Amino acid sequence: MEIDPFIFRLSIFILSIFIGYYVVWSVTPSLHTPLMSVTNAISSVIIVGAIIAGLAGDADSIFNTSSIFGFFAISLAAINIFGGFLVTQRMLAMYKKKKKDK
Amino acid sequence: MISANLSAIFYLISGVLFILALRGLSSPESSRQGNFFGILGMIIAITVTFLSIGNFSTGFVVVLIFLLIGGLIGAFIAYKIPMTAMPELVAGFHSLVGLAAVFVAIAAFLNPGAFNLGSPGNIKLGSLIEMSIGAAVGAITFSGSIIAFLKLQGIMSGSPLTFKGQHLLNALILISIIILTYLLCSTQSSNLFWILLAVSFLIGFLLIIPIGGADMPVVISMLNSYSGWAAAGIGFTLENTALIITGALVGSSGAILSYIMCKGMNRSFFNVILGGFGATEQSLSSQNKEQRPVKSGNADDAAFLMKNASSVIIVPGYGMAVAQAQHALREMVDTLKKNDIKVSYAIHPVAGRMPGHMNVLLAEANVPYDEVFELEEINNDFANADVAFVIGANDVTNPVAKTDPQSPIYGMPVLDVEKCKSVLFVKRSLSPGYAGIDNDLFYKENTLMLFADAKKMTEEITKNL
Repeated sequence: MEIDPFIFRLSIFILSIFIGYYVVWSVTPSLHTPLMSVTNAISSVIIVGAIIAGLAGDADSIFNTSSIFGFFAISLAAINIFGGFLVTQRMLAMYKKKKKDK
Repeated sequence: MISANLSAIFYLISGVLFILALRGLSSPESSRQGNFFGILGMIIAITVTFLSIGNFSTGFVVVLIFLLIGGLIGAFIAYKIPMTAMPELVAGFHSLVGLAAVFVAIAAFLNPGAFNLGSPGNIKLGSLIEMSIGAAVGAITFSGSIIAFLKLQGIMSGSPLTFKGQHLLNALILISIIILTYLLCSTQSSNLFWILLAVSFLIGFLLIIPIGGADMPVVISMLNSYSGWAAAGIGFTLENTALIITGALVGSSGAILSYIMCKGMNRSFFNVILGGFGATEQSLSSQNKEQRPVKSGNADDAAFLMKNASSVIIVPGYGMAVAQAQHALREMVDTLKKNDIKVSYAIHPVAGRMPGHMNVLLAEANVPYDEVFELEEINNDFANADVAFVIGANDVTNPVAKTDPQSPIYGMPVLDVEKCKSVLFVKRSLSPGYAGIDNDLFYKENTLMLFADAKKMTEEITKNL
C-alpha cells in the first residue's frame, strides 16, 4: 500500500517542532525580544498562500472574491515581513560588547 | 514556470534558512547573520512562488502593488517605532499574521481549485480539516492580539476583566468550535465556515480580557505560538514545506517562551490563562496595611551612597520603560564608572511587558550586553554589592516570595536585592505592584526610598555625583 503524502508532511512538521525546541532553548535570554520579532517575520511566509490566491483569477476576472482576500493577505503579510525583519535588524544592531579601551 | 518538485526543494531550502535565522540568535555576534539568513529564506520562498505559478500578466502587477504597499507600511513602522513600544508592536504584528492566515483560508475555501484542493462544495476532507484549524487558530490569534495590543497601548485598562460564568462560557465556545469544525467537514456548508470564523474571533477576545497587564509576557509569547500553529495549519492545506517548517518553529518557540515566563512567576500556564490574578488578593492586602515607617531620601543622599560604593547593581523594571529612563540611567552609570565603581545590571525573566524587553531598552541606551546579567547569573552577587539601585521594578524584588508561604507570589524566583548593604528604590509612591501585595523591601532598615519619576531622579543623581 502506498503511503499518503500527508504522512510525509506530518513527519516534517513533527521533526520541525523538535528542531524548534532545541534551537529556541539555545537562544540567549537577552535576545528574546528579537526572537519574537523575527519569528513574526518568518511566520509571514504565509504570503506564499496569499500570492497563489491572488493570482488564481483568469485574465478577465482578476478581482474575484477569493483573489481579493488574497490581495489583502499579501499586504498584511508584507507589513510583517518588512516590519519584522527591519525592526529585528534595528534591534540587533544595538547589541554591542564592552569597549576594550579601558 | 518551474516544476513542482523543484519548487518544493526551494521551499525546503528556505525552511532551512529560517532554522538558521533562529539558530543565529544564540549569541548577539551571530544574530545579525541569522537575520540575513531569514531575509534570504523569505526572498527565495516568494520568488519561487511567482515562478511556479508562472503568471506574469496583469494579476502579477496587482500582486506586486499590494506587496509594495504592505512593505512600505512595514518598513515605515520598523523605522519609526520607539524601542519602548516593542511589546505593542509585536502584539500588533501577531494580529496581522493571524488575519493573513484567516484571509488565506477564506480564499482557499472560496476557490479551492487554485490550490488543487477540489472544487467549491467538494473540498478534499483532509484539506478542509487543515483549513478549518488554520482559520480558527488564525482568528483566535488575531482577536487575542488586538486585545493584548489595546491593553499594552493603554487604550484598554490593563486590569483583568472578569465576570461570572466566564470559564464556563469559554469552555462552551471551545466545544462549539470543535462541533462546528466537524459539521463543516461533513456538510461543506459555507455558512458553517463563516460561523466558525465568527466564533473563533469571539473566543480570542474572551480568552485575553481576563488577563492582566503584568501577565502580558505570557500572553504575547502564547499568541506568538498560536500564530505559528495557524501558519502550520495553512501550510498543510497548501502542502507547502516552508510554511509547515516555519509554523512548527514559531509554534514551539512561542510555547517555550510562555513556559520560561510562567516559570519566572512560579505560576502554572493555566493559572495565567484563566486570569484574574491580583483582583482576588486586593482585599487581603488592604486589610493588614498598618502604617510602617519608611526611610525616604533625595537625589543628594542617593549620590552620596553610590559615590562611596565600590560596586552597584542596577535592577530595571517596567517603570523604567514607562519613564523612558534608560538613557538617563546609562549616563548615571557612565559617571559612576568614571569614579571606578563596578556596575552591573540584573534582569528578572518577567521584567517588563515581554520577554527580553529590558535587554532591548538597555541595548538601545548603548549598555554593553556583557554588563547585563540574568537572574541566576547575578543573584549571588547581591550579597557582595554595596548598593542595589531598583528602578521601576517591584514584585520581582519582594523578599516575601521567599519567606511567606501565604503570599500569592510565594515561590516566585526573586532578585535577592535585600542582601545588598543598601538599597535605593526609585518609585513614584508606596503603592503595591501588580500582584497587589506590599513589598517588604520598602520597610527594611537598609532601604532608602526615592519618591520621584524614574527619569528625573536618575538625572538629578547624575548631577549630584
